[in-house]
Amino acid sequence: MDRVGRTLRGAAAIVGVDDDVSPTGDLDRSGRELEVAMVLGALDDAGLTLADVDGVCHADSAVAFAEYLGIHPVFTDSTMTGGSSYEVHVEHAAAAIAAGVCDVVVSVYAATPRSDRARARPRVRRAMAGPNPMVEWDMPYGLRTPMGPYALAAARHMHEFGTTAEQLAQIAVSTREWAALNPRARYRDPLTVEDVLASPLQVSPLHLLDCCLVTDGAGAFVMTSAERARSLPKPPVYVLGTATCTDHAGISQMPDLTTTPGVVSGARAFAMAGLSPSDVDVLMGYDSFTITALLHLEDLGFCAKGEGGPFAAEGSLGPGRGPLAMNTNGGGLSFTHPGMYGMFLITEAVRQLRGECGERQVDGAQVAVAHGSGMLLSVMSTAVLGTESTL
Amino acid sequence: MSDTGERARARFEPPVGAESGPFWEATREARLLVQWCTACDRGVFYPRSFCPHCTATGSVLEWRAASGRATVHAAVVEHRPEAAGATFSGGEPYCVALVDLEEGVRMVTNVVGCPPGDVRSGMAVTVTWEPLSDGRQLPLFRPAGGDS
Repeated sequence: MDRVGRTLRGAAAIVGVDDDVSPTGDLDRSGRELEVAMVLGALDDAGLTLADVDGVCHADSAVAFAEYLGIHPVFTDSTMTGGSSYEVHVEHAAAAIAAGVCDVVVSVYAATPRSDRARARPRVRRAMAGPNPMVEWDMPYGLRTPMGPYALAAARHMHEFGTTAEQLAQIAVSTREWAALNPRARYRDPLTVEDVLASPLQVSPLHLLDCCLVTDGAGAFVMTSAERARSLPKPPVYVLGTATCTDHAGISQMPDLTTTPGVVSGARAFAMAGLSPSDVDVLMGYDSFTITALLHLEDLGFCAKGEGGPFAAEGSLGPGRGPLAMNTNGGGLSFTHPGMYGMFLITEAVRQLRGECGERQVDGAQVAVAHGSGMLLSVMSTAVLGTESTL
Repeated sequence: MSDTGERARARFEPPVGAESGPFWEATREARLLVQWCTACDRGVFYPRSFCPHCTATGSVLEWRAASGRATVHAAVVEHRPEAAGATFSGGEPYCVALVDLEEGVRMVTNVVGCPPGDVRSGMAVTVTWEPLSDGRQLPLFRPAGGDS
């Protein structure tokens, strides 16, 4: 065993969450106003106030956001890894709290791509700093991002393992079954495999209904030390294991198109937690596309490499079906996807572990995994979360 | 021949990166170059001043002529060119592929010269060139064994 050890296990807990989405896909608020509402909402959920916050995570600039809040944090983290940024923030915040750097960390996300378009607001583009080889080597060929690279992974997975479009479609179907139980989900009508296959091809082999939504959405979480967490009103959700791995930026540099760096982040996070996939009650696996979720099932060890298609096709990932519940909020495919969806993996995992999910509640959920996928299958970050009973 | 369509169809033209000047200059003569690390004897793509395989730097990296032969690793069809912001296909679906050059490096490209949906993993392809507006040429690939 390398230095992973169990150094962060149980040291910190998520004590407050908030999020805002709408079945219409549109939110009235946007920008800083929406971010501040999320921060204050999550702090209220935690029984804390802004005066308690001494750490700020924000994927654009934690410094600028702290200034806007008028606070003077001793810890800031502006890590931006795309959709997995918020799982990385969980990792960094837990490490900072465990090391005594700070005591109460808030991470926040808000994006309103849908209403921005309708209201002709200037589009926010998160550009890579520094040289970007993809502009020189990928863009001239009309590789649509992010969809094109995911389609390439799906095509290769089909070639190597015989995975079918029907199997991928079943992921969208099972996810929609969960969305039907979530009154805040964007799409709740029943969906069939035939519906998915009949939806227009985008970048083949991906159909429109293999792809995530474009909606407005926002959320925040608050984390503190396990010790302080126990004095707060809501049941703490402990960080049991957390790890991240990066293996490429552009798709031509991905070492193996059918194996994500989730193999590394998942193994390390489970090792830190002292748990295995069979211990997981709820998997919140980032579903930007159906293929993304399929790769998580394999790379996190819920099934063997190459068997994600048959595993998903059983339909057992939907409500009331099998031992593993995946994407119980309805996922990026049917609930919400404002661009960097990873925050919603965390808010849903926390609510499942608190037993707050109403009709879609997974009975007795003790262990949840929030597994974020960033950029072009580039950065995977895994957070294994658990209730008090898992410590 | 050029089987890549009419020049009138504009394509996003690649900038020349700080370390890829020789690659693009050679395309003017329809020569495909790859960087080669003479320290570890492996190809390097995209061009850099550092070997990501063995950490060597500087003059151990040299430019070599590639054979132009490659194998399709994975291929997809863009069915909505307008959504990709691509006009080069005249609105028609086109193939985007990852191809493995014989020299052991992988690049994104378009496979042309056959229906886009016919391109498969494992297919043998060979380089073909599409002129850019400044005299450089963009390397594309077509099925091997076809007209050249």
